[in-house]
Amino acid sequence: MEELNQEHESHRMGMHTEQLAGRTQQVFFESEAAENLASPDSFDVDFNKRTEIDVADMDPMAVNLKIRELMGQGYGTIVVRNPGAKHSLGVGILNRLQLYFEGSLGYFGCGLIDGPNVRISGRVGWSFAENMLSGTVIIEKNAGSTFGAAIRGGDLVCKGDVGARTGIDMKGGTIIVGGRTGAFSGFMMQRGRMVVLGDAGTNLGDSMYDGTIYVGGKIAGLGVDAVEGEMTDLDAQWLKRKLAIYGLEAPRGAENMTKIVSGKQLWNYDNLEPTEKKLVL
Amino acid sequence: MCGIAGLIHKGMTGDVGKEMTSMLQALKHRGPDSTGFALYGTPDTSHYVMRFKVAEQDDLKTGFRIHHQIRERKAQVDERLAELGATVEHEDEPTEYAYRYIFSFDGDLKRLADYVEDIEGAEILSIGNALELVKDLGDATTVSSQYALGGFVGTHGIGHTRMATESDVDIRSAHPYWAYPFKDVSVVHNGQLTNYWTSRRELERRGHRFMSNCDSELIAVYIANQIDHGNDLEEAMSRSIHELDGVFTYLVATSDSLGMAKDVMAAKPMVLYESDSFIALASEEVAIRSVFPHEIDTSDPYEGEVRVWKS
Repeated sequence: MEELNQEHESHRMGMHTEQLAGRTQQVFFESEAAENLASPDSFDVDFNKRTEIDVADMDPMAVNLKIRELMGQGYGTIVVRNPGAKHSLGVGILNRLQLYFEGSLGYFGCGLIDGPNVRISGRVGWSFAENMLSGTVIIEKNAGSTFGAAIRGGDLVCKGDVGARTGIDMKGGTIIVGGRTGAFSGFMMQRGRMVVLGDAGTNLGDSMYDGTIYVGGKIAGLGVDAVEGEMTDLDAQWLKRKLAIYGLEAPRGAENMTKIVSGKQLWNYDNLEPTEKKLVL
Repeated sequence: MCGIAGLIHKGMTGDVGKEMTSMLQALKHRGPDSTGFALYGTPDTSHYVMRFKVAEQDDLKTGFRIHHQIRERKAQVDERLAELGATVEHEDEPTEYAYRYIFSFDGDLKRLADYVEDIEGAEILSIGNALELVKDLGDATTVSSQYALGGFVGTHGIGHTRMATESDVDIRSAHPYWAYPFKDVSVVHNGQLTNYWTSRRELERRGHRFMSNCDSELIAVYIANQIDHGNDLEEAMSRSIHELDGVFTYLVATSDSLGMAKDVMAAKPMVLYESDSFIALASEEVAIRSVFPHEIDTSDPYEGEVRVWKS
């Protein structure tokens, strides 16, 4: 374990402008320690070993068990046909995997995943990729509310519009929205980046502790303690590189996006002990 | 958590009964206590359809006397309708306690409704030229089968699957609610209203009646009051976004329209599918997919959004 608050390469590059305060610890991922992070129950899969399943007549649990069974047989590329907007598909996958859904998913899809690359040709419902830890997820159409709630890592990309409370409580990773996002996006965000190429609804970044939100369109209103930050060249460069990976572009150019950060004026940023607080208040 | 759904065929009729049954059955997991339908056929301006009940389903378990009381209450309804000059031309009795009357009447609907509901146990579920409102305990398939809704052909409909949280499991507290005393206006709601009692007292002072303690009924009465003050449906719904407090997504239907409103925090779900000929909305896409099994493009309406579609 490194010393807390030690400077990392990403800091030197200016990628993390946020400074965590108070009791929060700042520890970053070590790439050389990646093998230690693999799930002990993960399967050894081969991306060149591909299979397809039609799940039209299967219930969600059966679909998830089938995916697990196929990973156990070494399949590294799985195509799921006719998901039919069923709920809770593709959840709890702690594995390297190329997973393709041909169609739409319902609520709570791809929650608690750690490692897979997922692509969805349709739409996803509420609370998609909740608590995602790592990997990439790309949705070609729209997404419902609480998209990427509490994610800790990975790239979560929706090319269409997304509902309210996108990235609520997010603790890391990157959320990219190709269209607009609804009210209270970034609510209580703690770390990570959110990129919205279209408009953002009211109360954007309400009570955010840290992290960064970039918006390409109009912002209906900022939430409590969310303030506009200064866009730097490094911000624009990062945005261009990141968006290019997913074939996206900021409509008015990355350098013209609006950057939102925490104002850090809320009560939780003071350094008073509870007993001291009583004296002051 | 409750489930709501609605659909509208634009410029044509369709198998609304079957479609709504399918959508609501797909939402059963959101609310297994009761299911309700507000279905709209082609309006017949020379006749009213009245759906009413004279007892609750659970009352039948209370003893033999209830059967006699039901017959007595129905006879009183017939008597009072005749007294007011309404001519009943057709009667259906889908259950022992709920009835469907087709009648002609050119008097004051509010007076008629008040007079009928003055009978013990009587509640008018709906009156309209196009609306037929059915609600009862059980899931969509059970209620649809009980009331023979499978063959209903019409232009649009809304429906609800209820998980009772703040009031009883009975027909009185089930949705949809008819916007008494306005013909053909019905409401379904998913959410909680936090200014229910304040708003209810205000509306009661203006002469509106409440049949239950369910907060969702407030929306129906609120819309009725807005219409009474000359607002059209869209205006009424837009006002509700700011005047109703709490978290809500609700659907309203009239003889030729379907409307949707979502609170400013967008706290309750709604998925929308729009095509040139058909609009479908539901708490979950899986309900829409029960009618359209193929891939479709859907979206979530946003916070504070009000939409109205015409049939």
